[in-house]
Amino acid sequence: MRMARFWRHGDRPFGWITLLAALLLLGLVGGIAVALWQNSALSRDAFGLEFLVTSRWDPAIDRVFGALPFIQGTLVTSALALVLAIPVGVGAAIFLAELAPGWLSRPLGLLIELLAAVPSVVYGLWGLFVLIPAVAKPLGVALNGSLGFLPIFEGPVFGPSRLAAGLLLSVMVLPTIAAISRDVLFAIPNSQREGALALGATHWEVVHQVLIPYGASGLLGAIILGLGRALGETIAVTMVIGNNLDLSASLLHPGYTMASIIANEFTEATFDLYLEALIEIGLILFAMTLLINLFAQLLIWRVRRRTVGQVRV
Amino acid sequence: MTLATQHDSGQSSLPAAGSAAPPRPPGAGPASAPATRIAIHNLTVHYGTFCAVRNVTLDIPANQVTAIIGPSGCGKSTVVRSLNRMTDLVPGARVSGEAILDGENILRPEVDVVNVRRRIGMVFQRPNPFPKSIYDNVAYGPRLHGVRDRDLDEVVERTLRGAALWDEVKDKLHQSALALSGGQQQRLCIARAMAVEPEVILMDEPASAIDPIGTLRIEELIADLRATYTIVIVTHNMQQASRVSDVTAFFTMDEDRAGYMVEFGPTIEIFTNPRNQLTEDYVSGRFG
Ligand SMILES: Nc1ncnc2c1ncn2[C@@H]1O[C@H](COP(=O)(O)OP(=O)(O)OP(=O)(O)O)[C@@H](O)[C@H]1O
Ligand SMILES: [Mg+2]
Repeated sequence: MRMARFWRHGDRPFGWITLLAALLLLGLVGGIAVALWQNSALSRDAFGLEFLVTSRWDPAIDRVFGALPFIQGTLVTSALALVLAIPVGVGAAIFLAELAPGWLSRPLGLLIELLAAVPSVVYGLWGLFVLIPAVAKPLGVALNGSLGFLPIFEGPVFGPSRLAAGLLLSVMVLPTIAAISRDVLFAIPNSQREGALALGATHWEVVHQVLIPYGASGLLGAIILGLGRALGETIAVTMVIGNNLDLSASLLHPGYTMASIIANEFTEATFDLYLEALIEIGLILFAMTLLINLFAQLLIWRVRRRTVGQVRV
Repeated sequence: MTLATQHDSGQSSLPAAGSAAPPRPPGAGPASAPATRIAIHNLTVHYGTFCAVRNVTLDIPANQVTAIIGPSGCGKSTVVRSLNRMTDLVPGARVSGEAILDGENILRPEVDVVNVRRRIGMVFQRPNPFPKSIYDNVAYGPRLHGVRDRDLDEVVERTLRGAALWDEVKDKLHQSALALSGGQQQRLCIARAMAVEPEVILMDEPASAIDPIGTLRIEELIADLRATYTIVIVTHNMQQASRVSDVTAFFTMDEDRAGYMVEFGPTIEIFTNPRNQLTEDYVSGRFG
């Protein structure tokens, strides 16, 4: 019945156009997946699922490839970035939307949007010249000194490291998370705030009991966008992570990510298996982002269902 | 008769400034002169440089329904919102004058607003339930104020019964409040306000977004609540004011658009025998 309405008279051309656009999008995603799949056949045949769990990357002598260090590096740096960026980003959004007076909130908001638009290379340069020295000396040494018994802070301390990459990524996704979270908070009707305040809630109670649950699905969306940026970030990470096949758990060691190995070695891939191993890494990265987004959509959908009421018959 | 002698708090006197309240205008207030719950004295509200309400002096009688009527923009909402300090949320709003509740001027900046809002609840024009379950909506206020979880069931049931909503929702307490009809949502919001056991409930056009049957039920509820609460209701609907209220205050605007109170008295008199020509014009529909 809804389809019948959809196709009725004037809506028809509009319907076709939008359908076409949707199909094009679907086709693009499918096309990318198929291309990655086909062009990694050699590698997939040679290493099978082992590719995901082995860590040898030896194009020079034995010509064996395993993606584990890169998968680990991508996951670890992205997770670190989110852990750091979520509280700060959402906190900044709360400040901008709820606490700051207009004369402060507007310019600050603009600044954050500007930060979100800064090209990655620039962040990379900043990471190289500011972050890495800071990570090497005061921060890394201090973490290793006080918490060195934890595997994630094991020595020796390097400047270019997963920690540096995670920190840089957190700085990069911060504006995205803050800007979108702020818009989410702005979109919450004032009546919600008034309703809680009128019951004697404090400002803080309004924020965490009313606004955050109300905006939960939107805030999740903001985080997912940030995560997407972190997973795929290439150049800036490549500049600060050290590009090393180290597989230890330590954040203070250099590492490698999926995006950076592709960027670093694609032009040097001198034989087909090498090239296709890199393409397979691209395929894994693609599948990973797709899965994470799917999972996030599911989460958002569940949150929304819980907050926006039972469906009536 | 001064404000102090009518005060029902049991406290012997108001602060010095409050005791300087003038005698009430002749004929104002119901004949039986019930105790005053909130004594408003010279309330003036500015939004920036704009004076929205000027020198309102008005005794809200305890356990009665006070209606505030008047043309759009005359400051009805402003008066009501200043009583539970919602005006604090508006940047640039300045409130002066007094509103004495139990001997304390609740308009003073130093007053604990959380406490004021707990004692003076508010229901808004559009139902604004939280996107939580019916139960959690009612329990929200009590939880805020430290009612323990094991006592909540009882509080929720008692409140919903009090709001005449229990029978309609008892089987779906844990479903989203947003699935209720608009009228039910508004009564839930009234219940939510009642759950913190305020002394006064302010209602700013509580039925204006509700269908006629829903409106009727809200009016019935207001009549019931009168025994327990002091109610102030802003309404655009003359019939509604005459049906639900005991006393009525009529507001209008000066040339400079500042709102002021024209007349205050028993609802019957305001509607049948107003003293002021402006009131008469308004209640008989000859306004504007
Ligand atoms: N937040 C605000 N900032 C600036 N001016 C305001 C604000 N709220 C209200 N006003 C102004 O104050 C005056 C009184 O507004 P108020 O909302 O109290 O009127 P009202 O009597 O409730 O009107 P209505 O019947 O339309 O609801 C109006 O002129 C309005 O424009
Ligand atoms: Mg109003």
